[in-house]
Amino acid sequence: VENVRLLDRLCSRKAVLGTLYLTATHVIFVENGSETRKETWVLHSQISSIEKQATSATGCPLLIRCKNFQVIQLVIPQERDCHDVYISLLRLARPVKYEELYCFSFNPKLDKEEREQGWKLVDLNEEYNRMGVPNNYWQICDVNRDYRVCDSYPTEVYVPKSATAHIIVGSSKFRSRRRFPALSYYSKNNNASICRSSQPLSGFSARCLEDEQMLQAIRKANPGSDFIYVVDTRPKLNAMANRAAGKGYENEDNYSNIKFQFIGIENIHVMRNSLQKMLEVCELKSPSMSDFLWGLENSGWLKHIKAIMDAGIFIAKAVAEEGVSVLVHCSDGWDRTAQVCSVASLLLDPYYRTMKGFMVLIEKDWVSFGHKFNHRYGNLDGDPKEISPVIDQFIECVWQLMEQFPCAFEFNERFLIHIQHHIYSCQFGNFLCNSQKERRELKIQERTYSLWAHLWKNRADYLNPLYRSDHSQNQGTLHPQIAPCNFLYKFWSGMYNRFEKGLHPRQSVTDYLMAVKEETQQLEEELEVLGERLANLQKSQLCDDKVESKQQDESKQLRLFTSNNSLANTPQEYSNDLKSFPSRSPSQGDEEDSALILTQDNLKSSDPDLSANSDQESGVEDLSCRSPSGGGCLPSEDSGKDSDEAVFLAG
Amino acid sequence: MLRSSQPLTGPNRRRCREDETLLGTILDEGERGFIIDTRSAQAAKQARMTGGGTEPKSSYPQWKRLHRPLERGRPLQESFAKLVEACGDPSLSMDRWLGRLESSRWLSHVKAALSTACLAAQCMDREEAKVLVHGAEGTDTTLLVTALAQVILDPSCRTLVGFQGLLEREWIQAGHPFHLRCAHSAYSHARLKQEAPLFLLFLDCVWQLSRQFPFSLEFGEHLLLSLFDNAYASAYGTFLCNNEKERSLCKVKESTHSLWAWLTRPEEQQKLLNPLYSHNALVIWPSVEPQSIQLWQGLFLRWIRPSQHLDEAWAEIQRLVEEN
Repeated sequence: VENVRLLDRLCSRKAVLGTLYLTATHVIFVENGSETRKETWVLHSQISSIEKQATSATGCPLLIRCKNFQVIQLVIPQERDCHDVYISLLRLARPVKYEELYCFSFNPKLDKEEREQGWKLVDLNEEYNRMGVPNNYWQICDVNRDYRVCDSYPTEVYVPKSATAHIIVGSSKFRSRRRFPALSYYSKNNNASICRSSQPLSGFSARCLEDEQMLQAIRKANPGSDFIYVVDTRPKLNAMANRAAGKGYENEDNYSNIKFQFIGIENIHVMRNSLQKMLEVCELKSPSMSDFLWGLENSGWLKHIKAIMDAGIFIAKAVAEEGVSVLVHCSDGWDRTAQVCSVASLLLDPYYRTMKGFMVLIEKDWVSFGHKFNHRYGNLDGDPKEISPVIDQFIECVWQLMEQFPCAFEFNERFLIHIQHHIYSCQFGNFLCNSQKERRELKIQERTYSLWAHLWKNRADYLNPLYRSDHSQNQGTLHPQIAPCNFLYKFWSGMYNRFEKGLHPRQSVTDYLMAVKEETQQLEEELEVLGERLANLQKSQLCDDKVESKQQDESKQLRLFTSNNSLANTPQEYSNDLKSFPSRSPSQGDEEDSALILTQDNLKSSDPDLSANSDQESGVEDLSCRSPSGGGCLPSEDSGKDSDEAVFLAG
Repeated sequence: MLRSSQPLTGPNRRRCREDETLLGTILDEGERGFIIDTRSAQAAKQARMTGGGTEPKSSYPQWKRLHRPLERGRPLQESFAKLVEACGDPSLSMDRWLGRLESSRWLSHVKAALSTACLAAQCMDREEAKVLVHGAEGTDTTLLVTALAQVILDPSCRTLVGFQGLLEREWIQAGHPFHLRCAHSAYSHARLKQEAPLFLLFLDCVWQLSRQFPFSLEFGEHLLLSLFDNAYASAYGTFLCNNEKERSLCKVKESTHSLWAWLTRPEEQQKLLNPLYSHNALVIWPSVEPQSIQLWQGLFLRWIRPSQHLDEAWAEIQRLVEEN
């Protein structure tokens, strides 16, 4: 469709004219314009909702909201075209079969072996061994090898040595969805463990000998403690209500030596609504501080994040400080349980704070343990009531921790944002379906590519320059402040306002420091090489000056890119009466976008590597000026009078 | 950019030829200037009843008046006190925290101050017009705006030396009544008279700038915290009294030491300088969207939240830069 306008979200004066394309996998908007032909690519999988707004004199507005929080406003001149686009997008964004998803057509031009290697990058067997199992207390169990005991569990789980197959099967019959207690994390220092399951089908008075024996077995697997904690991550009222439906929670009277604890985290419906409310706040035009803070509080979002974090802290403390094992469950044991177990693991074990370790953590507690990616993130068209930002909340917990402990994580914010992006993008096969069983049936590993391999290949972009494995923050457990600590939870504008360039600090400290680190390394290597050469030359009496001058030139070259970090930016609308938004600096926009266009053009010959596009879509990481290969950016002049800039003097 | 206090128009709409001539000579033939009045239009009008007022359009035809009300006086001090109270309240649950933060209105004041300073800067940089800033007395919100605008516009004000000069000029010599304003801080139960944390508000705004432009200020948070401390209680004479006249009468320069002398010692410089600094010759335009304005944890949570991990991070940054 031609002559479509793309509106700058809140400043209608900044509309760009271009052409809209719909392909099998993407919506693409290409700007008209001689030099810059900026392209905006959106994967259909990313589309969360499409809204057709009232036709006005200028055309028919269409609002596309994405799962990665990008919001695109288009104005299509003809009503009929708009309707067509609307209907098409509705269909394209709601695939019915897995084969429609992008991951089955995505082709990064790797051969079969590379694809396989990519899938082997994260190996859970290795991970359990690293933890220290199997050992005297824990063994691998293949009772579920055909998924006959629990179809949402993996084929192999770890259970206490004293848990026989009979006990496991018996316990599974007493657990919702048959998700029996299994090992999530083992602490080899003190034999304490984190186990996970779903709620027991106890109703008001039902008992199950095998289930009780299962919990005993977990306790016995930790000789250092004579009891275990059982943590129910639901609010007490919800758990009690479940009893009427024949489910519920563990009665301390029936299970010997357990200490039962509720840690109320709300359910998926509450979380879905909370996110919705928060996004509404983000969409406000020119909100006052008051609008924003009240809106954020009313959404309850940060309160929920804190609840998840508090639960993780409780469990980590139980394991690290008290040496007591913990069994965690919620209702079905695949949402809150996953969140809380992974937060606790992250706090306990510095390995999970490395890039590789984090991938392993997600693979273990989310992918292998049957978190329902398809239902929760809408790979396929399904029940809207199943949709909920469960993993998004976990990812945010990680970010909040990164803000509190800047030296403790090997990866940076961009890593988290890209993972979130790809959970929804369906560009890779890792997060498809609802269980390991479904993924194997679809032969995901033979037909798609692994996100982990892709991220690992680009790991230089994801490093945290402040991370040092020998840093004090990385020895052992992290201890976030428990109280008072409300103020420690910040609004993550890098994620929820990801695409609004005007909002973020113009200069990325992370990128700068990474460049500095790289340069230091290069210079050190240089120095070594030259030192050797000098030593050799000192034997013969050749002119040292030739060598030295060369050395100086090279070091000057390397220094160039770190010396100028300033990027011109333009003022936003500072007056209250004109409701507008930070204007995008044309000069800055050109610099970044022309670099992006180059990448685009290079890839056009083959299937575009659209994971690169995901970088382009985000406003945060495309600081192409940082790359050491370039000679560095010349400071762009603060752009001259931009006739588009609003006259701010209305008063 | 000029600053003054309000014109004494009064209820009878008095005129003053000299004042009109003065403002007239500043502008060239046909040139337009802006007056940024830090009171609301209504407050400015009401000021006439007590002898003050605004510049009437008819007498100052080349000047366009803009009203950008900024909070000062008692309400600002209360805002400060409420915020400090909310930060220190251990019983405050997460679902009430943001509401309490909001009802202190402190961040709204930060947003308003930054917006107004940016407006002044925009007039000068984009419109290439002259700007006159005043409130009522010209000693509080006026100085906040002019000082902040200079940090935004002028790269030399972002250097350590330049910033010190800015403070000397726009706050100390310009006559901000530190003695009155900083007599009591947020915890005081004394009956407040003329206290108001304008200077702290300025420092907060500068901190917001340093967060949004981490490479553009030569100094870091440590300097801002030192300045805050010393404004309220100091071993040095820099922030004593209310104006140059009083300082002269009290013989401050002869009997006390200057804070700047201490701050420029090499050992102090180490702590004060920003390792990421690199001269930015351009104007820095901050975002004043609510998401971009954050609570200055380093100040408001200073004694509540351990800063160890963040200090370690800064040490790491310093190390990385020095190694290079």
